[in-house]
Amino acid sequence: MNAPNSFRTGPDERGHFGIHGGRFVAETLMPLILELEKAYEAARADPAFQAEMDGYLTHYVGRPSPLYYAERLTEHLRDVARKAGKDGGAKIYFKREELNHTGSHKVNNVLGQIMLARRMGKHRIIAETGAGQHGVATATLCARFGLKCVVYMGAVDVERQKPNVFRMKMLGAEVVPVQSGSKTLKDAMNEALRDWVTNVHDTFYCIGTVAGPHPYPGMVRDFQSIIGRETREQIMEAEGRLPDSLIAAVGGGSNAMGLFHPFLDDPTVEMFGVEAAGHGIASGQHAASITGGKPGVLHGNRTYLLMDGDGQIAEAHSISAGLDYPGIGPEHSWLNDIGRVTYITCTDAEALAAFQVCSKLEGIIPALECAHALGKVLELATERPQDHLMVMNLSGRGDKDIFTVAEHLGAQI
Amino acid sequence: MTSPTTSPTRIDDRFQALAKEGRPGLVTFITAGDPDGATSLAILKALPGAGADVIELGVPFTDPMADGPAIQAAGLRALRAGQTLAKTLGMVKAFREGDATTPIVLMGYFNPIYVYGVDRFLADAKAAGVDGLIVVDLPPEEDDELCLPALAAGIDFIRLATPTTDDRRLPAVLKHTAGFVYYVSITGITGSATPDADAVGTAVKRIKGHTALPVAVGFGVKTPEQAAAIAKGADAVVVGSALVETVRASLDSHGKATAETVPAVEQLARALADAVRAVRR
Repeated sequence: MNAPNSFRTGPDERGHFGIHGGRFVAETLMPLILELEKAYEAARADPAFQAEMDGYLTHYVGRPSPLYYAERLTEHLRDVARKAGKDGGAKIYFKREELNHTGSHKVNNVLGQIMLARRMGKHRIIAETGAGQHGVATATLCARFGLKCVVYMGAVDVERQKPNVFRMKMLGAEVVPVQSGSKTLKDAMNEALRDWVTNVHDTFYCIGTVAGPHPYPGMVRDFQSIIGRETREQIMEAEGRLPDSLIAAVGGGSNAMGLFHPFLDDPTVEMFGVEAAGHGIASGQHAASITGGKPGVLHGNRTYLLMDGDGQIAEAHSISAGLDYPGIGPEHSWLNDIGRVTYITCTDAEALAAFQVCSKLEGIIPALECAHALGKVLELATERPQDHLMVMNLSGRGDKDIFTVAEHLGAQI
Repeated sequence: MTSPTTSPTRIDDRFQALAKEGRPGLVTFITAGDPDGATSLAILKALPGAGADVIELGVPFTDPMADGPAIQAAGLRALRAGQTLAKTLGMVKAFREGDATTPIVLMGYFNPIYVYGVDRFLADAKAAGVDGLIVVDLPPEEDDELCLPALAAGIDFIRLATPTTDDRRLPAVLKHTAGFVYYVSITGITGSATPDADAVGTAVKRIKGHTALPVAVGFGVKTPEQAAAIAKGADAVVVGSALVETVRASLDSHGKATAETVPAVEQLARALADAVRAVRR
């Protein structure tokens, strides 16, 4: 395969990243998507738009988020390596996205889309959510700007993410439990699309990840790229050089794209996307679309999907509601195909163990989503030398997950 | 009135015959394999006798983004009963053994076709006797995927035009459309709001200003009265959710077909056909 001059120019004008991406939507939505593309291009070229967003990022979201040296975790892993007779143990940094307002990276993207919706004169915002982090971020910004907010959430997820459901309601959003299909994130997205098709005139669909029809994957990535841009500056300040590796959990993949994108053209920076392996890839109960799936078309884009031989979409499984989706953003699928990013997997059990290690050693309770990245940091860091700089995206805080974790650990709350 | 395909299809022939008769047509939609393969084939075979002029056969998909609860549920019933795209093509083949003239249009989403393989699918569909395709999630922007190969294979690609398709966009939507144009009468999902017959008539006139193809109108048409009212301003009217809902209502408490299933669907189709056939144009 010929290597492109830059890995950062995608998508093309039709929304393709290699064979992935595109605009696979019903005709009713097509004019809206073209209008959105135009509006986003105009906003992107408008310094006033960026300046206004920067103001809110600083004063409302609380950016920049710190790049934190995880000293005790680093020491712990060097200890583990030493006991195994090795001298490895990379220096681990966390990009602290969990310190953002609303507790995850999701707010970066939502802020951008809500400001765009305001520019376009749309007053009703709809969103899908899995773990509830995107729903909470959307409800928060709708409250802040006085917009009507409807959040679609699978009935199964409503049950396992109760704290976030209550948060959304407190923020004035209407939360609609979705009873169709597998009652999780993919069904919430179907229902949001059905709403959008019905309410085309006043409604803006705020997609929570780097997926969906063009221009969403590229637009959401752009809004999330602040993670990588800050990381670049911060690591230069702290270490005087670029990191050796980046690692992030991947469901739809927005926190990973945000961290990776500004580094894609730096050949010395190795990148790992961590997919959720659930009970293990061999069990068939997982959410690892690249590792265990094939290219297909769903929710407006071509990308790796979990499905059967007839093209029927399979139900994903992960302990983390935010990763429980049978697809992945199309840019990740492309980065996998060209070999620029390595996609690996982490099981429920490995993520649970990492969740506890991080809580005890660093005093940070991570979201179960990024606990998957952490699970692989525990492995990869010991195999790398001590002067290796590894940055992990700590994309969300784990308060919302304590009930799920307690249940798995057999503890009563 | 020919389509850009190599020779007239059964769809072209049927709409020419309707024009000669001076009446609008009835297009009936059922989901292939609902509630099971054998019953579904029996319904399919009964539809022309009940007065269906064109048949849309829904290809079940787990994630039907443009469909309302009735057709969503029908698709899941069919999938649970083991329906696949290959079996749906088998149904068309079995139907063709007894009916050489009624056009069959497969309607669904792209993924099952993509996974089956576009070239293999088109060859098998043509051989089975499929006349047209409606693929909801393939707008003109994705014509390379299936539309152009289908036209080359002699299968009509029928596009949806919607209330959001304005005059600027309409030519692009109509460009590679063949057989007929399917006007979606509402912004929304199948089987939801009831369309306004006057507004639909105006919209059909607008589309006809851009194309010589017949225009069929659907989404939200449920009763014989509504069908007749819509048919006054169109070349054909499409009824789907109401027929699929009739299948559901006829099932036993385990969701299995009963002796009522086929006759109930046949009866509704006949009532719809009687109402539509009474309309003179």
